[in-house]
Amino acid sequence: MEFIVASSVGALTAAGIYLILRLRAFSTILGLALLSYAVNVFLFASGRLAIDLPPILSPYGEASYTDPLPQALVLTAIVISFGMTAVLVMVALGAYLESDDDRIDLPDAAEDEESAGGAAQ
Amino acid sequence: MNHWIIAPVILPALLAPVIGFVMRHDMPLARTASIAGTIVLVVLAIGLFVTAAGEPQVYHLGDWPAPFGIVLVLDRLSALMVLVTTVLALLVLIHAVATGWDARGRHFHALFQFQLMGIVGAFLTGDIFNLFVFFEILLIASYGLMVHSGGRERMRAGLQYVVINLAGSTLFLFALGVLYSATGTLNMADLALRLQAIPVDEAALIRVAAMLLMVVFALKAALFPVQFWLPGTYANAPAPVAALFAIMTKVGAYAILRIHTLVFGPGIAATDGMAETWLFPAAIVTIAVGAIGVLGARHLMPLIAFSVLGSMGTLMVAISDFSPAATTAALYYLVHSTFVAAALFLLADLVIARREVDDLGARPATLQNGLFASLFFAAAVGMAGMPPLSGFIGKLMVLDALRAPGTIAWAWSAVLIGSLVTIVGFARAGSTLFWKSTAILPAASGEPDAQAEPTGTGRPAGVAELAPVMTAIALLALLTAFAGPLVGYLDGTTAQIFDRDGYVTSVLGTEGET
Repeated sequence: MEFIVASSVGALTAAGIYLILRLRAFSTILGLALLSYAVNVFLFASGRLAIDLPPILSPYGEASYTDPLPQALVLTAIVISFGMTAVLVMVALGAYLESDDDRIDLPDAAEDEESAGGAAQ
Repeated sequence: MNHWIIAPVILPALLAPVIGFVMRHDMPLARTASIAGTIVLVVLAIGLFVTAAGEPQVYHLGDWPAPFGIVLVLDRLSALMVLVTTVLALLVLIHAVATGWDARGRHFHALFQFQLMGIVGAFLTGDIFNLFVFFEILLIASYGLMVHSGGRERMRAGLQYVVINLAGSTLFLFALGVLYSATGTLNMADLALRLQAIPVDEAALIRVAAMLLMVVFALKAALFPVQFWLPGTYANAPAPVAALFAIMTKVGAYAILRIHTLVFGPGIAATDGMAETWLFPAAIVTIAVGAIGVLGARHLMPLIAFSVLGSMGTLMVAISDFSPAATTAALYYLVHSTFVAAALFLLADLVIARREVDDLGARPATLQNGLFASLFFAAAVGMAGMPPLSGFIGKLMVLDALRAPGTIAWAWSAVLIGSLVTIVGFARAGSTLFWKSTAILPAASGEPDAQAEPTGTGRPAGVAELAPVMTAIALLALLTAFAGPLVGYLDGTTAQIFDRDGYVTSVLGTEGET
C-alpha cells in the first residue's frame, strides 16, 4: 500500500515537472494538472494511510479512526486547483489567440528590437 | 472576542460579487462602490491599528477553540501590514479611476476587491493552511488584474506569471503536507509549541518543510533563484496593477518574517540557523540582479521593476538577520519601499500615457514636463535611498543593524554599491526622459516658437490623476519627518514578533502554558 501510494506520487510529480519544463503552453498545463494530482494524493497520505476506517472517533470503545483533516485539506486543494486550471486554460487560450503562438517564454527584447531595426533599414 | 478583526476580510468579500454581478454594466456605480468600500477599509485598518497596540488579539472563526478551528490573529505586525495595504489600495484605485484604466477591461473593481480580501486575509490569518487559501485568493484575483485590458505582450507575460505561481502553490501544498504529517497541526501557534519539543535528530521532515515553505515565500518575494518572473510581470502589467503588486512581494516577505520567527524561529533546535544561511546570500544576489537590471533597462517600466527587485533584496537582507534591530529596520524599509514603488509605477503610467512609448529614448517633451520631472526626481531619490526621503533612513537603519563580522562586508558593499548603481540608472533614465527631451524640437515644428508647444497626446494631468502620486511621495516625506515615533512603534512591533511565548499564549489560551 505504502509502496503504491509513494511510487504513484513520485511518478506523477516526475511527469509533471518534466512537462512544466516544456516550452509549450499545452504541455505545461498538463504538467501542472499532474502536479496537482500528485499533491492531492500526497496530502491524503500526510494523515497516515488507513483503510476501511471511519473519519470520526467512535464513542463505543477503542475503535481506531482515520485522520479527517487531510481529507478536508484535499477537498480544498482539489477545488482550488480545479479553479486555477480553468483560469490557466483561459489565460493560455487568450495568449495563444493574441500572439498566434503557444510558446510559454517571452520573446527576447533585444531580438525584438533587432528585428524591428532590421525591418526599418 | 473582537469581531472587527474579520471585518477587513468580509467587507471586500461581500463587495466584490455585488460589484461583479450587480454593477457590471454601470461603471460610475461600480467606481463609487469600490472607492467607498476601500475608504471604509482604510478606516477599519486605522481602527485595528489603534486597537492592536497591546497583546495579540485572536478571532476564532465559528468560535472553534484555537488548535482545532481557524484563527485570525491581530497583532502589531499584521495591523501595520493591513494599514499599509489599504492605504496603498486607495491610492491605486483613485489613480485607476482617474486615468480610466478600470474601463479598459472588464471586472476591474470586482477583481480589485478580491485582491484586497486575499492580501488582508493573508496578513491576518494565524493558520498556515488558511494562509495558503488566502494566497490563492489573492493570486487568482491578480491573474485577472495582470491581464486586464489584454494585449499580446501582456497576455504572454500573464501566462508566465500564472504558470510560475501555480507551480509555487503546488510546492506550498507539498510543504503543508510534510509539515502536517510531521506535527499533526497547521495552527501557527500550535506548530511553534510542538516544534520546540522535537529533538534535532528526528527533525529531517521539519527541515524539508521549512525549506519548501521558504522557497514558496521567496518566490512571492522575488528572491534570487526564483526572482525571474518579477521584471516581466511588473513591466507588462497595467501600471496601477503593478503599483498594487508592490504589496504582493511584501506578502512573501511578511510570510517569511512570520513563519521563520514564530514557527521555525530562533531557539527551535530543529531548524536553528537554516533560514539565515540561505536567505542572506539569496538577498545579496537579488540586490545585484536588481541593480544590474536598473542599469541595463532600456524601457521605463522594466527599469522600475528591477529597482523594486533591488529594494526587495535590501529588505530581505535585513529580514535574514532575524535580530530585533534588523527587523525594525526591515519593517521601516518595507513601508517605505511599498509606497515608493507605487509612486514610481503610477508616475510612469502618467508619463508613458503622454509619451506614447515607454522606451528610454529621447522624445519631444510632453505637457507638464517640469512637473513630471520633479515628481520623478523625488520618487527616484526615495527609491535609490538618498537623503532627504525615507529610503535613506531605511537603508541607514538596515546598514546600522548589520554589523556582525560575517555579514558586514557583504551586506554593506551590496547595499551601498547597489544604491550607487541604482542612482546612476535612475539619473540616466530621468535625464533622457525629461532633460534631453526639451532639446528636441517637436516633429512638426516650422516656426521657432514651436519649441514652447509640447507634443504628445493629450491633455495635462488633472488633480485626480496627480493626487495619488503626490500623496505617495508626501507619505515618504511623512515617513521621514516622523521617523522617530514610527521607529519607536516598530520597536514594539519587533519585540512582539520575537515574543513567541506571548503569541502562543494569546492564541491557545491558558492551555498554551501547560
